[in-house]
Amino acid sequence: MALPALAFWLFASITVASGLLVISARNPVHSVLWLILAFFSAAGLFVLMGAEFLAMLLIIVYVGAVAVLFLFVVMMLDINFTELRQGFLQYLPIGALIGLILAVELITIGAAWQFGPDVASNAASPVAASNGVSNIEALGAIIYTDYIYAFQVAGLVLLVAMIGAIVLTLRTRPGVRRQNIAKQVARRPEEAFELVDVEKGEGVSIPSKQR
Amino acid sequence: MESLLIQYLPILIFLGIAIVLSIVFVGAAVLVAQQNPDSEKLSAYECGFEAFDDARNQFDVRFYLVAILFIIFDLEVAFLFPWVVSLGESGIYGFWSMVIFLGVLTVGFVYEWNKGALEWE
Amino acid sequence: MVEALYTLFGGEGEFLYFLAIIASIFAIVLPLLIGVAFAVYFDRKIWAAVQMRRGPNVVGPFGLLQSFADGLKLFLKETIVPAGANKGIFIIAPMLTFTLALITWAVVPFGPHLAIADLNVGILYILAISSLGVYGIIMSGWASNSRYAFLGGLRSAAQMVSYEVSIGFVIVTVLLNVGSLNMTDIVEAQSGSIFNWHFIMFLPLFVIFYISALAETNRPPFDLPEAEAELVAGYQVEYSSMAFALFFLGEYANILLMSALMAILFFGGWMSPIPGDSFIPGWLWLIIKTGFFFWTISMVKAFVPRYRYDQLMRLGWKVFLPISLFLVIVYAGVWVYGDLIPK
Repeated sequence: MALPALAFWLFASITVASGLLVISARNPVHSVLWLILAFFSAAGLFVLMGAEFLAMLLIIVYVGAVAVLFLFVVMMLDINFTELRQGFLQYLPIGALIGLILAVELITIGAAWQFGPDVASNAASPVAASNGVSNIEALGAIIYTDYIYAFQVAGLVLLVAMIGAIVLTLRTRPGVRRQNIAKQVARRPEEAFELVDVEKGEGVSIPSKQR
Repeated sequence: MESLLIQYLPILIFLGIAIVLSIVFVGAAVLVAQQNPDSEKLSAYECGFEAFDDARNQFDVRFYLVAILFIIFDLEVAFLFPWVVSLGESGIYGFWSMVIFLGVLTVGFVYEWNKGALEWE
Repeated sequence: MVEALYTLFGGEGEFLYFLAIIASIFAIVLPLLIGVAFAVYFDRKIWAAVQMRRGPNVVGPFGLLQSFADGLKLFLKETIVPAGANKGIFIIAPMLTFTLALITWAVVPFGPHLAIADLNVGILYILAISSLGVYGIIMSGWASNSRYAFLGGLRSAAQMVSYEVSIGFVIVTVLLNVGSLNMTDIVEAQSGSIFNWHFIMFLPLFVIFYISALAETNRPPFDLPEAEAELVAGYQVEYSSMAFALFFLGEYANILLMSALMAILFFGGWMSPIPGDSFIPGWLWLIIKTGFFFWTISMVKAFVPRYRYDQLMRLGWKVFLPISLFLVIVYAGVWVYGDLIPK
């Protein structure tokens, strides 16, 4: 069937088109939304390559989490578009220079790239997953044992990210009264109030500790 | 490989049908119902005044922190899925490998708890 | 499901295969939409009964057709797009919510391998698509350019994101006893008798999942995004006509999905609780169980007061997250050392 090819062209063109719109959209929120569409269709491409676990992960992690953060950041930024435009010409030469250097580097790498001797034959006859092992099982069989050091380093990277995020963004506001639930629950009627018989015209003195 | 793609074909078609269905619902309502907009109808829902400025102002940095922490824990969950499927093969070694991984992240969790990053004020 | 219909249609040619796919999709979508209409009706009826009111009782016998009347009314209303709104995103947001709510149902099994798409990674697919659900809400909140909508959207996004983590941990722990991500395998791991159903061995996880599901679908007591006393209707403030109806349909389809997930993950999916029962078909059992959980969710709405936002975040991050993280390790330890992992 020609369907996989059709699906490939559909997803590939959506990915490229939305990628272009990411950088050309004027409104940054629109940019992020186009980026989400690009991620989504890239996930479609992953499925077409048989990498269904990666496809789902791309959606869960990038679309479901990272892009939410992007949206938050972009929505939070108070962007003044006219101000942004003013700086544009000023930074144009330096930006163009960096772009040029990157382009030269990419071209050099591309020109010097040599395909491994087996690539052509492998691509012609891709190895099918043996006896129905899905790619999630294949991944799981090696990540936690054969690649345990890389796996633990990934954990450390996440730890650094967590600490970094807190150090950079956490601002405690002074003078905020927080709810102490343990204290609330532990509070008993006996310590909160007492019944006093008040004689007429005498009043009662309240113990100071309970005030 | 082919059988895998065949499994996903219904989802692609389903996605198409769902999109068409939602467009038809909204589109038909726009066509059928009488459209008679005026400036009062189209103004934002407010307490009676015109909105002074754009409603999308800056908000608390805490939402941003929640999103970052979510990414980190989401990645943790992502690592757990292949682990749980292959635990029969990797066995005790795989189990302790994951315990160390989660232990490292628990250190981070304890840190953020003590720093008060999980407090909402 | 597609295969079954394909052989029913004669089993030849690509065209018939497409037809089988489309037929199976509509076999899910139409009952789902009708089910959503009745779910709204029952929700209102249950809520009314708890408050000693009658609830909808005018349209049709016992008011059964109330939801359809409401749908028709909304259909004939003017679609208002606020002048200050970001028009494209404003219209796309409800469509997105509705579309995502529908396509999640593609992997829900109504019998052994009886789903529109019997994916290897079925449960991940559900997680992935439901994690996209946040966007419908953020987009509508942002595009409306209204203070209520913006605050509602933000709150909702942070809330859904916070509880998704616990849901992920719970699902992973349940998968310990399954050893696969396929939805059919999840149900079949609970075969045998009612004592093999997961809610018995995973009871604490079921409690966490249930409460997180309420938060994930913005149901009371976690309906802060649309808290009518403070935010009027949250992210839906500016919506009218079918755009509003799509939000509503999507929301209830998601609640039904969560109910179905509870049945599949913890209560044996299509399996019958009665030993030797073969006269009630499996899909009916799934519907009965889904209906039961929807009923409980409805009751919760009726008699639980709304949480405060700081309490909500506290519950998600400081209670459910550490407990579910701890339970993953404990259950995994028991399963590994007790040699209970399915091969």
